[in-house]
Amino acid sequence: MVNEKESVVIKFAGDSGDGMQLIGNIFSDNSAIFGNDLATFPDYPAEIRAPRNTVAGVSGFQVHIGKKRIYTFGDFCDILIAMNPASLKANLKWAKKGATIILDEDAFTAEACQKAGYSSNPLNDGTLGAFHVIKAPITSLTRKTLEKFQLAPKVADRSKNMFALGIIYYLLNRKLDLTFAYFEKKFGKDSLATETNKIVLEAGYNFAENIEAVESKIHVPPAKLEKGKYRNITGNIATAWGLLAAAEKAGLQLFLGSYPITPASDILIELAKHKSLGVKVFQAEDEIAAITSALGASFAGALGVTTTSGPGLSLKTEALGLAVMTELPLVIVDVQRAGPSTGMPTKAEQSDLYHALFGRTGEAPIPVIAASSPSNCFYYAFNAAKIALEHMTPVILLTDGFLGNGSQLFRIPRMADMPAIHPPFAKPGEEYKPYRRNPDTLVRYWAIPGTEGMRHRIGGLEKEDVSGIVTTDPLNHQKMVELRKNKVLKIADDLPSQTVTGNHQGDLLVVSWGSTEGVIHAAIEELLQEGYPVAHTNFNYLFPLPANTADIFSHYRKILVCELNSGQFANYLRMCFPQFTYLQYNKIQGLPFTQVEIKEAILKYL
Amino acid sequence: MKPIRNSIETSPVELKKEDFVSDQTVKWCPGCGSHIILSAVENAFPRIGYRKENFVIVSGIGCSSRFPYYVNTYGFHGIHGRAHAIATGVKLANPGLSVWVSTGDGDSLAIGGNHFIHVIRRNVDVNIILFNNQIYGLTKGQFSPTTPRGTVTKTSPDGTIEDSFNVGQLVLGAQGTFFARVIDNMPQLLSEVLYLAAKHDGTSMVEVLQNCVIFNDKAYEHLTNKETRDDNILILTPDEPMIFGKNRDKGIAWKEGKLVVVELGKDASLQDILVHRPYEDNFYLHTMLCQMMPPQYPLPVGVIRMVKKPTFDDLMVEQINRAKETSNIRCVDDLLNSGSVFEIN
Repeated sequence: MVNEKESVVIKFAGDSGDGMQLIGNIFSDNSAIFGNDLATFPDYPAEIRAPRNTVAGVSGFQVHIGKKRIYTFGDFCDILIAMNPASLKANLKWAKKGATIILDEDAFTAEACQKAGYSSNPLNDGTLGAFHVIKAPITSLTRKTLEKFQLAPKVADRSKNMFALGIIYYLLNRKLDLTFAYFEKKFGKDSLATETNKIVLEAGYNFAENIEAVESKIHVPPAKLEKGKYRNITGNIATAWGLLAAAEKAGLQLFLGSYPITPASDILIELAKHKSLGVKVFQAEDEIAAITSALGASFAGALGVTTTSGPGLSLKTEALGLAVMTELPLVIVDVQRAGPSTGMPTKAEQSDLYHALFGRTGEAPIPVIAASSPSNCFYYAFNAAKIALEHMTPVILLTDGFLGNGSQLFRIPRMADMPAIHPPFAKPGEEYKPYRRNPDTLVRYWAIPGTEGMRHRIGGLEKEDVSGIVTTDPLNHQKMVELRKNKVLKIADDLPSQTVTGNHQGDLLVVSWGSTEGVIHAAIEELLQEGYPVAHTNFNYLFPLPANTADIFSHYRKILVCELNSGQFANYLRMCFPQFTYLQYNKIQGLPFTQVEIKEAILKYL
Repeated sequence: MKPIRNSIETSPVELKKEDFVSDQTVKWCPGCGSHIILSAVENAFPRIGYRKENFVIVSGIGCSSRFPYYVNTYGFHGIHGRAHAIATGVKLANPGLSVWVSTGDGDSLAIGGNHFIHVIRRNVDVNIILFNNQIYGLTKGQFSPTTPRGTVTKTSPDGTIEDSFNVGQLVLGAQGTFFARVIDNMPQLLSEVLYLAAKHDGTSMVEVLQNCVIFNDKAYEHLTNKETRDDNILILTPDEPMIFGKNRDKGIAWKEGKLVVVELGKDASLQDILVHRPYEDNFYLHTMLCQMMPPQYPLPVGVIRMVKKPTFDDLMVEQINRAKETSNIRCVDDLLNSGSVFEIN
C-alpha cells in the first residue's frame, strides 16, 4: 500500500563518522531528480570526530521534500534515523508525535545508552511509546551482507549508512538505480566500493520490505515546478557561482582572497575547483591579508572578493575603511555564525548586522545586502558584485550558516538572461583625475594600472575632490565625506521595490531579513489560509533600504520585526524611520525559528 | 645596463629619470635618507626598461610609505603593515605589472610581520624596499623591532629590553630567494641593487639602512663615517673574493667551522678568502653573511642572496592554464549545467 503525502521531513542522525551527511546528500539529490521541491540542512558538531556515542558528537542532516513549494528544512521530522543512542537523545525532541523512528538496534548497548545520558535502554523503557519504531540490527546485517568480501568489521561498518538509506528508499517508495549510477560514477564501475555500497543499500531496502516495516509506504509526488532545468544547491556553492557569474558578465577576472573559517570555507573550497573559469583563488595568511589582497586585486582591475564569518569580519574592519576611502569595488561575504568572538561556529545567527552596517571607524558607509534562501545566494552574490563594480564601493553580503550549508532546488538560469554589468572604466584619451565623478551617480572612474596616460595614486589618506591630492583641508574633508555617503545612498535608485506578501494594508506587518524569510513566509501562508489578516515583507537590501520602505510601513497599525538576534534590524529601522513603532520577536539560540514559534508570535499580536 | 626582458612589457621608447618624477612636493625632512632612496628609484626605473605605466608602487604606513606619492607611477598607499598583502593581490591579479613595495622597519617587521614572512615564503614576484632607520619616525620617535637592545627612545626612557630583528635572517628564515642590503649613502650601489631586484623572479627584499636625522641621527655613523666605514663594511660583488678594509687587506675566510676576518699577507692568502656566490643556494653561508656585523665583522652590503625558485604568480597562472586545457567547464553556463541536473517540461 502506498500513502500519498504533501511533504515529508527526514532527519538522518549518527555519530560524526557515520556518514550521515553523505546519505543525506544522496537522498536529497535523488529527491531533486525525482522532482520534489526540497530544502536541507546539515547540523554537525564543531569537532571532526567528537568522542563516539556522545551527544556532542552527533552529526545530523535534515531534508524536507514536498509536492508543494518547500520554504524551510522543516521544524519537526516525520522520519528519524538514529544510528546510536546519542543521536536519538539529541534528536527525539525534534520528532513529530507518531513519527517513524529507525534505529540501529545493535548500537543500543547498555554502555552506549549510558554514554548518551540514558539511565535505561530507550528501546525497552517506554521512551518511544508514542512513535512507530523500526528496530533494525543495522550493524550486524551490514557485516553479514559483506561477509563474502572478508572485510575487517571496521571497514564493513563504514557501509552501515547505506543500509539505513536502503530502509528510507523502501519507506519512500524510491528506486535504487539512480543511486547505483551515482556509486559507479563516484567510485568507478567495477570498484569494490561501488559493489559493497550497492549490495548494502539493496540489503537495507530488502530488509524493510521483508519485515514489512510500515503498513504503507509514503509517496511524495513531484512538485509542480516552473518549466526549466533544476539542481540541488547549497547557499555557499550558490554564492561562489554567483560571484563567478558576475565576473563573467562584467568581463573581469574574479579574485578571491580568503582565509578558512567555519561556516564560510565552502565558498573558498568551491572556487578553488574552478580554475578553468580563470578565477584566481588566494588562501591568505590571515583574514587581513585576505581582504587587502582582494582590494589590491581590485586596484589592478579584477573583481576582488573576500569571504569570511564573524571573527574574520572583525579583523577586516580596518581594510573596509581603506576600501571606502579608495572607492574600489570589493565584495565581502559574511556567512554569519553565532557570536561574539568564536561563539558557536557551527550554529547560525543574524547577529553581525550591526557590524556590517556600522562596524567601522570614521564615516564609512558600505552597502549591505542579505541573501534569504540557499538558491538566491546566487542572485544576491551576483547583485553584490554588480553594485560593487558599478558604484565603485565595497559591498557586504550577509548570508549565514543556515543558508550556506542548507540546500534547496535551484532553477538554473541562462547567463544570457542575467543582467549586464558595466564597470565605470575611465575613458582612454581623457585626462584622468582619480576622484572625478559621474555627476548623476557620484561614482568615480576606474583606471586600471598598465593603462597609458592614467598613472595615479590612491590610498587611505583623505584626498582632494577630483584631483586626489592628499589634503587635510577642512571643507574638502566634509565634502568628501558627504560625496561618499551620497554615492552609496544613490544606489537605492537601482534597487527593486520592496514587496509584500498578504494584505497590502491592515493590522500587522511581519518584517524579516535574510535567512528567516522561508520559515516566516511558510507561517504567513498558513495564517492567510486560516483567514488571518497578516502581511509579510522580507528585506534583502538593508543599506540603502528600498525607497518605498516607509510607504509600506505606513499601511499597517503594527509592525513586528522577527530576527535571530536581540533586535538589531528593529533598532536600525527605529533609527531610519522613527515615525513607526516596532514590535520584536527574537531568538538567540543558534537555532532557526520554527514555523510554530513564528505563528504563535504573530497570533499574540493579532 | 640593458632593459630587463621578461613577461612585463618593455617601453618602446627610452625613458628618463624625469618620466618618473611626480609633481607632488616631497615632504620628508631635509637630510633624510629617504631622498636618496627616491632618487635611486627614479634612476633605476628607466634602466629597468618597462613601460612606465607598468610600474605600481604599494606602501603601508610610515615615512617610507609616503613614497608612492613621490614617484610618477600607479600607486597605492595602503594601511599599516598590509602593503605586502595588497601588493600580492595586485601582482596575482595582473602579473604583467612590475610591483614594488616601499615599507619601513615598523611597517614590515612589527604590525605587518605576518604579511612580510608570508610574501617571502610564497615567493610572489614583488620588489620590496625596506627603509630601516631603527625607529618610528612618523609617530615621532618610538623604538622599532630593529632598534638595538638598550636604546633610549621616547617609549624606552630606560633603554629597550628586547633584542632586535636581523632583517636578512628573517628573510632567509622565511625561505627568501633574494636579499640585498644597502646603506643610504650609496646611491649607485642602491640603484644597481634595485635593478637586480627587478630582474629577479620572486620576492626581492632590499633592506636600506637609512638615517633618520630627527629621531635616530647617526645610528649608522660607524658605517658611513669616512674614517671607519671601510673597515666596517664589506661590499659584496658576485664571483669576487670577500675583501674589505681601508687598504683592502682584510677578507672573510672559513676556519674551524665559522667565518673569520683574516688579514691578507699576515694570516691568509687570497686563496683563503671566500668568493661570494649569491646565486648558489648556500643557505647556511648566506645566513651567516646576514648575521655578520661590527665590531667583530664588517657589515656585508650588496646582494647577499639571489637564488632561483618558481614564483607563486607563475605557478598560479600555470595551474589556471592547465585547468583551462583539461576542463569541460569553460564558462559559467557549463558550470551551472554540470553534475546532477534535471529538467521539468
